[in-house]
Amino acid sequence: MEALVASAIGILFAAGVYLLLRGRTFPVALGLTFLSYGVNLMIFVAGGMLLDAPPIIGSGETYTDPLPQALVLTAIVIGFGMIAFFLALAVAAHGDLGTDHVDGREQGR
Amino acid sequence: MSFADIALPVIVALPFVGAVLPALTARASANVIAWAAAAVPLAILALLAPMLPEVFAGNAPRVSFAWLPALGLNVSLRLDGLAMLFALLIPAIGLLIILYARYYLSASDPMGRFFVALLLFMGAMMGIVLSDNLLLLVVFWELTSLTSFLLIGYWSDRTDSREGARMALAVTGTGGLALLGGALLLGHIAGTYEISEILGMGELIRSSDLYLPALLLILAGAFTKSAQFPFHFWLPAAMAAPTPVSAYLHSATMVKAGLFLVARLHPALAGSDAWFFLVGGFGLVTLVFGAYAAMFKHDLKGLLAYSTISHLGLIMLLLGMGTELAAVAAVFHIINHATFKASLFMAAGIIDHETGSRDMRRLGGLWKFMPYTAVLAIIAAASMAGVPLLNGFLSKEMFFAEALHVQKLGAVGWILPLAATAAGVFSVAYSVRFIHDVFFHGEPKNLPKKPHEPPRWMRIPVELLVAICLLVGILPQMTVRPMLDVAAGAVLGSPAPAYSLAIWHGFNLPLLMSVVALAGGTAVYFSLQKLYRLHLHEGGPWTGHRIFHELHTWLLRSSAAANARLANGSLQRYVAVLVSVSLVVGFAAFAEPIDPHQAVLMPLTAPAAAGWMVLLVATAVVVAKHRDRFTALVATGAVGLMVSAIFAYFSAPDLALTQLVVETASVILLVLVLRFLPQRSPLETLPRKRMRDIGLAALAGLGTGAAAWWLLTRPHASISDYFLANSAPLGGGTNVVNVILVDFRGFDTLGEVTVLALAALGVVAMLGAGVAPREGASAARRSVMLSKSAQILLPAAMLTALYIFLRGHNLPGGGFIAGLVAGASGVLLYVANGIAWSETRIRFAYRSLIGGGLGIAFLTGAGSWLFGMPFLTSTYDYAHLPVIGKVPLASAVAFDLGIFLTVVGVVMLMLSTLGRFSGDGGKQWKPS
Repeated sequence: MEALVASAIGILFAAGVYLLLRGRTFPVALGLTFLSYGVNLMIFVAGGMLLDAPPIIGSGETYTDPLPQALVLTAIVIGFGMIAFFLALAVAAHGDLGTDHVDGREQGR
Repeated sequence: MSFADIALPVIVALPFVGAVLPALTARASANVIAWAAAAVPLAILALLAPMLPEVFAGNAPRVSFAWLPALGLNVSLRLDGLAMLFALLIPAIGLLIILYARYYLSASDPMGRFFVALLLFMGAMMGIVLSDNLLLLVVFWELTSLTSFLLIGYWSDRTDSREGARMALAVTGTGGLALLGGALLLGHIAGTYEISEILGMGELIRSSDLYLPALLLILAGAFTKSAQFPFHFWLPAAMAAPTPVSAYLHSATMVKAGLFLVARLHPALAGSDAWFFLVGGFGLVTLVFGAYAAMFKHDLKGLLAYSTISHLGLIMLLLGMGTELAAVAAVFHIINHATFKASLFMAAGIIDHETGSRDMRRLGGLWKFMPYTAVLAIIAAASMAGVPLLNGFLSKEMFFAEALHVQKLGAVGWILPLAATAAGVFSVAYSVRFIHDVFFHGEPKNLPKKPHEPPRWMRIPVELLVAICLLVGILPQMTVRPMLDVAAGAVLGSPAPAYSLAIWHGFNLPLLMSVVALAGGTAVYFSLQKLYRLHLHEGGPWTGHRIFHELHTWLLRSSAAANARLANGSLQRYVAVLVSVSLVVGFAAFAEPIDPHQAVLMPLTAPAAAGWMVLLVATAVVVAKHRDRFTALVATGAVGLMVSAIFAYFSAPDLALTQLVVETASVILLVLVLRFLPQRSPLETLPRKRMRDIGLAALAGLGTGAAAWWLLTRPHASISDYFLANSAPLGGGTNVVNVILVDFRGFDTLGEVTVLALAALGVVAMLGAGVAPREGASAARRSVMLSKSAQILLPAAMLTALYIFLRGHNLPGGGFIAGLVAGASGVLLYVANGIAWSETRIRFAYRSLIGGGLGIAFLTGAGSWLFGMPFLTSTYDYAHLPVIGKVPLASAVAFDLGIFLTVVGVVMLMLSTLGRFSGDGGKQWKPS
């Protein structure tokens, strides 16, 4: 199971980095989303992986670590804010510059 | 509470507060501005006066307030003998400078600005000398660098003053940084930053391993400030300042700060060989070098600048000797140098002011035009040369005597008296040059003005200082003795030794050295003039100034070149560089040994394997099809759902819910945005570059995957037991994640929703609030099916949000998730019915919602202040307070409500801004 989760994190990171290196704003936004997935999962599983042990007092015998969950919860929401901000920037840049290339100009110009 | 408890802080604060006086009176007449400025040093002296008897009696009034006690930084002020000497010199000479500057500055110079900077500088100096805390001293030390920058660069339209100011700031600022490091090390050794405590720990400090680094760093600060060779060059460059500034900075204040520091820390640091050779060595070289160089300067102020460097070296050498009598001589020479050098600078300023030139090749024969000024300048210059009956003679004799007594050098012990005599010869030579070249030596040549005596009041400060030179020189025992005793005592950390303060000590070696210096110096000057033709001397090409300048230019040029090479304006390239560097740093971490104990692994389950396959396929689709943007978007949504499933699978219901709702909102957002961007990305990356990107991506995946593997397969310890144990009893909730968010780590959460709110406002700022299109415009696009189902779904979704919110403290849910659910379902309304329809029906402004939400969260936090508790303390603990009665809900729920409202507002504001953008409102351009 650990290998599965670790490789999933690696796959998400690899996809995120590849998309992040693209030249257009939209794939970069997707890349950021993938990096968020990867980072959030990594922090989350740092607290250990337990089945059927939610950190709700009284719900069972053992509880999984609640702290990474609290961190990741706000990270997800902030990540949403960041993506929204990035996309608004992308739209505004496209409108002002006439290109959606991250460099603000078409290549070769 | 004693008088000093109030007076000491007031004395330090006065110049800073008082600096507004000349600013407020800046439009008034020159006399009013000068009086406004003079009020400050007068008040300081008046406040010091009542404390003097106590200090002379050997006590040291001290006051201390905590500032940042955790860092050891306290506002501790102490007035001992050494501090008193400087605390009197600084405002007293400052007062004379203010009077002098009133007549020196021309009508076109903004006088208010000058005095503001001068008072700020005075305050910083007072702070240095009165500080009893090392870190506080460093703070004021930096302030002197900054304020002296303003003073030196006062004539900001002149290139040389700007360069001089920059150079002074660069050199003394760098030294200040070193001093900070040294102060931290010294405080670390001693375990305290209080100077009065450190001074008693000399033994401990000198035996520490960190003693040498601390000493080197502290001395780097002192040497740069006190213009010791090879850091001396900023001082002559600073001569571009108005002369009152030079007279103040280079006689009693700025450059003396370095000496003060060395004297201040003398009991703690002195006594080692390193101290002797460093402080003494640098002092000796500076003494001889400065005196030699001064002879060849044609500029009056340049001569005085190098003479100042030389005298600073002399005092540094005395402090380096480490003997008791040397310390007395050092303190004595600090006083004497301050008086004769201030008066000489002022005299030079008068000459410059009344003749229009400071070049000794053009001046000459001024005796006829300004005999009164000439007499004053000649007396002061004679004191500088060490002529008997003047104060400079006394301290120089003490120096000669001490130079003869140093034992440490052994067989080469003769080098010190020899160098001292040589420096004496040079200093007589340049003093004679100052007198002869300016007041005699032929006629003035091509002077811009016809020379005449200065205004009466411009001479008064010089007269006073020269009178002190004479008085101290003739009657040392009666005038300066008590001050010398207490100040030297403070330097030594023990009562001053017995010494004789007299003009005549009989025929001895020091007297012979003085005679040699006087006769030799006069001979050297006249032979330079006759044989070498001094006036034709040109400086060599490699001065410190030049080296600094070249270095500075080279640094700027190479940084510009490096920048041009690295920063070509392509963000895509920057990201690649950033990723590459992160990879290097990340992989370097694998060099650390890894814990060999492997935890027990979990068995693989079928649902997990299936989920993994879905994730892999969806990710592959995104990467392969990313140029077809809509396909990539849908596949990304699928990956997000799988991430949500992973959260759910591993016991994180809150995260699963959050991820689910955020994913929905994100997909809507991406679809909205896609309307304004091209639907496809062009194929433009070269194959070579794409291979590089694939390589980087693969490395990133491998690295993080490996890190995750090791993280997961090692046993781990957590700090979360506290949260699990106390969530219910302290936080009043059983959903530990929610309790952490709204209670234990509530302050973090508050910060996070604030960031979120700012991001939403940023979206509005970038895209414009826009105007809602008229209803008819978008009606055609309405889908009846969606619209009707939205009408049914919306109330249900809102109820769900309410439910999730209310149970959040005890079961999965809470403000974040409920806010996202409510926001996303509000967006459904927009999607189904169009902006115009929705805007006419949703009446409240989202920005008010965000503001209200943040307001509730802040007020809940602030509410705990009413109970005398820190910000954001949950009131669950004391819900039984009699006034309030038994409160069934934790106050954290009110905080959560604030988060809920903020998140709803943020989601709605972001999505509606992007949605509204499609219409004819907002910006002028058309979506592609």
